[in-house]
Amino acid sequence: MAILLQFAIGLIFGFGLLLSGMSDPAKVLNFLDLGGIASGGWDPSLAFVMAGAVAVTFVGFRFVLRRPQPLFAERFHLPARRELDVRIIAGPALFGIGWGLAGFCPGPALTALGFGSRAAFIFVAAMLGGMWLARFLGKLPSLSAIATPIDPLET
Amino acid sequence: MTVTTFTPVASTIGGALIGLSAVMLMAVSGRIAGVSGIAARLLPPYEDDQFAGRLAFVAGLVAAPVLTLATRGQLPAQTIEAGTVTLVLAGLLVGFGSVWGNGCTSGHGVCGLSRLSLRALVATLTFMATGFATVFIARHWS
Repeated sequence: MAILLQFAIGLIFGFGLLLSGMSDPAKVLNFLDLGGIASGGWDPSLAFVMAGAVAVTFVGFRFVLRRPQPLFAERFHLPARRELDVRIIAGPALFGIGWGLAGFCPGPALTALGFGSRAAFIFVAAMLGGMWLARFLGKLPSLSAIATPIDPLET
Repeated sequence: MTVTTFTPVASTIGGALIGLSAVMLMAVSGRIAGVSGIAARLLPPYEDDQFAGRLAFVAGLVAAPVLTLATRGQLPAQTIEAGTVTLVLAGLLVGFGSVWGNGCTSGHGVCGLSRLSLRALVATLTFMATGFATVFIARHWS
């Protein structure tokens, strides 16, 4: 039951990406093109996607987190860390460069696999490689100065 | 570059669906709908027993266009201009950066911001800034 629900939840996320236009890298890149405000071609749609999503989660999370526990888990797994370190700048900085190069971030890239395009498969394969590398390096003790030695995946 | 149309209504409703999905995942599995975290945990080493649920979520993401094509006969526009080398480099940076920074557009940008997390705000402002800079250099630096 929980598995089926998580499939449906992923499906809703995917439909949201399709309806919002975020499955199209051209639309993402045209949002990131601030130079396009002056020269024409800027597409502010992505800001509306973020606004729509944050509005629903801002209200919805408060509603859900009032419950004693999730439907199919013992507790809520919420990020507990508060401190700002090098990683919280360096990681997103690299992420943003990759995002600006191809117009793909992880959600839209995975949904693009369903379009059957060769480009999406190349991007996702490289993305998984990058993820694996970051997890591997994050566990090396010699990197503990820039990589806090706790679960590198905790949001 | 490919010209795209500003779609405020469809994008807001689509965004709301993404938000609904994140709220539902929290209600069902008690976890943040961060796509990078979910995808990265499909790779070993496995630290919990949530593999099947994560795979189901990703399968849902991939199935959305497949079901759309099957029921409506067409897919929304998708233009990928990047060549193979750019796609590989971009994929590596997105994958590495999202794990190194503990999240991506969904985990930090949607879930984190709505939880008023300072880390998520810093992460979101940072990837927005380098995203803007990258496209500016690619398109206007000549």
